[in-house]
Amino acid sequence: MDETIIDLVDLTKKYGSFTAVDHLSLSINKGEVFGLLGPNGAGKSTTILMMLGMTDPTSGTAHICGIDSTKNPIEVKKRVGYLPEDVGFYGDRSGLDNLIYTARLNNISEKEAKVKARELLKRVGLSEAIEKNAGTYSRGMRQRLGLADVLIKNPEVIILDEPTLGIDPKGIKEFLRLIIQLSKEEGITVLFSSHNLHQVQQVCDRVGLFVNGKLIAVGDIRSLSQRLFADSPYSIDAGINLSASDPKIEKLKEKLSTVEGVTNVNMKDNKFHLECSRDATTEIAKTIIESGFDLNYLNKKEYGLDEIYYRYFEGGDEHE
Amino acid sequence: MGSMKFTTGILKEETNMSNITNQAPVRTSKFSLPNIFRNSRNEEIPLHPFRVIVEKEISDQVRSWRFIILIAIIVLTTLGSLYTSLNSLSEAIKVSHVNNSFLFLKLFTVSNGTLPSFFVFITFLGPLLGIGMGFDAINSEHNRGTMSHILAQPIHRDYLLNAKFIAALTVITFMFFALGFLVMGLGLISIGIPPTPEEFWRIIFFIILSIVYVAFWLNLSILFSVKFRQPATSALTVIAIWLFFTVFYPIIVNLISKSVIPGQMATSYQMYFAEELKVNLMRIVPNQLFSDATTTLLVPTVRSLGPLTMQQVYGTIPGALPLGQSLLLVWPQVTALIAGTILCFVISYVMFMRREIRSR
Repeated sequence: MDETIIDLVDLTKKYGSFTAVDHLSLSINKGEVFGLLGPNGAGKSTTILMMLGMTDPTSGTAHICGIDSTKNPIEVKKRVGYLPEDVGFYGDRSGLDNLIYTARLNNISEKEAKVKARELLKRVGLSEAIEKNAGTYSRGMRQRLGLADVLIKNPEVIILDEPTLGIDPKGIKEFLRLIIQLSKEEGITVLFSSHNLHQVQQVCDRVGLFVNGKLIAVGDIRSLSQRLFADSPYSIDAGINLSASDPKIEKLKEKLSTVEGVTNVNMKDNKFHLECSRDATTEIAKTIIESGFDLNYLNKKEYGLDEIYYRYFEGGDEHE
Repeated sequence: MGSMKFTTGILKEETNMSNITNQAPVRTSKFSLPNIFRNSRNEEIPLHPFRVIVEKEISDQVRSWRFIILIAIIVLTTLGSLYTSLNSLSEAIKVSHVNNSFLFLKLFTVSNGTLPSFFVFITFLGPLLGIGMGFDAINSEHNRGTMSHILAQPIHRDYLLNAKFIAALTVITFMFFALGFLVMGLGLISIGIPPTPEEFWRIIFFIILSIVYVAFWLNLSILFSVKFRQPATSALTVIAIWLFFTVFYPIIVNLISKSVIPGQMATSYQMYFAEELKVNLMRIVPNQLFSDATTTLLVPTVRSLGPLTMQQVYGTIPGALPLGQSLLLVWPQVTALIAGTILCFVISYVMFMRREIRSR
């Protein structure tokens, strides 16, 4: 089950003095849906290009299906379907022709390619646009054609670079559902990069956080949040009917910080923001009320990818 | 559409042929049927990806409006020049007293002054054809976002560049042979005298030379299509180079040669040197190389492309050179053109292979 299919070891890419990817080590198992998450310019696309052997790493190695991408890119590309960011098709050919062309570049005979292309176009929901020129396709249709294009070579791994960029929310949902379905049905390993955490959260088994060329955390979302917020996995907001300038506030703040499990207390816009190592909601509420304040708002949050994301990307600058 | 089917047909035929040769020992005894009957069997073997790209590029070229317009211009000018040469042919026969046997070649060279002759047209329009077919070869692929898509397929990167070149060259080859034979055929019908074998071969070599000439411009434009991201920039750059060579360079050479021209009292050696300098300077220009070479091939009485001294000419019997000698005479020109083509290709190849391909 846990067979490694993508194995990156100390992968580094430098452009002059700028390090785009910095000693990246990562292994992805067969059948996994892996999300590469990071802001623009974090080095996600560069990493993908190195995996496909389309650009040479400065140092380190990338193995896909046990094949060295740098030394033998052709064999890797036979097994990997890659959907580039903002993929383009030949606008004066029909979607079907475009697919057949890709298939034939993958050494599939024309006859077989035709059958397969039709089948895949149907599957991605483009059956009505088969004969239409790809130039008339909308962005969402183009992405779906791209997915069909990636699948026509029967890949073991598919790599999608920002696949949901520029599609409307409904389209995104359908597209992601399609990816998941494929991965589960065919056992295809999916790696996709995105800067949109919600999409990643929805579909990925595991996530890698990528900032400034470094992979700062890997894991499923729950373990990530546990690790990142080990000392304070809970966040509680409590609102009271007093302005921050009131001297009583300081007293209350002190009191709250003595509550068991509370690690940090902040005050902002009539709201306390408390970080806790355990679920201390009841105690906090009790403390506030017993101190004679009016509690008008109480909210308990568990950390999602959002917090992970912002925490890291905001924190990313501080670490530098 | 029709032409696309045509090319596909040709390539398919070739697959069948190659399959037959591959499996000949096993099959010859079993099958004596013509190819058509084996089609269903052989279709299962896919074409090599490189051939697939070439096939696609050819059909792209042939279907593009640009190509249709270019071919229309060239066919029209061909017919025009053929018309004028046919009109002035009778005059030319009277004038030429040296050798009337090269009458057929005059179809390509003679003109009454209203329209230039066929080979002058090719000198002029050939570059335009080459530029038109190559100036957006690589950068358009990039701008459409198809580049990273194609390169993500299991093919070597140079396939794309090579296939573009081969495809354009194939189209040019077919076109020039068609044009050459068109002129020959129409000429044959209207003057009624068949070409001698030597004339025929001279015309074939002329056609091959034209292909090399256009291939040079094609490669130059492919080079700029690799270099510049915008097709407009690359097109303008190549056209600028073409204009420089056809219009400005001769003017510059004239200025230089005027400044070095010796006075009335100069020795013949100095005169010779000045003339030689001028000729050599002009030889940098591909157009000059081409027109020198074509003149030699199509006008067999041309015996030297540089200046000749009186001693060299003295005592020669006026007559035509045999084909072999003409070919020998143009050999440096042809070599230079081919070298230029290869140079451009190598530069664009290196640039293309080193570039990192990112999406759009």
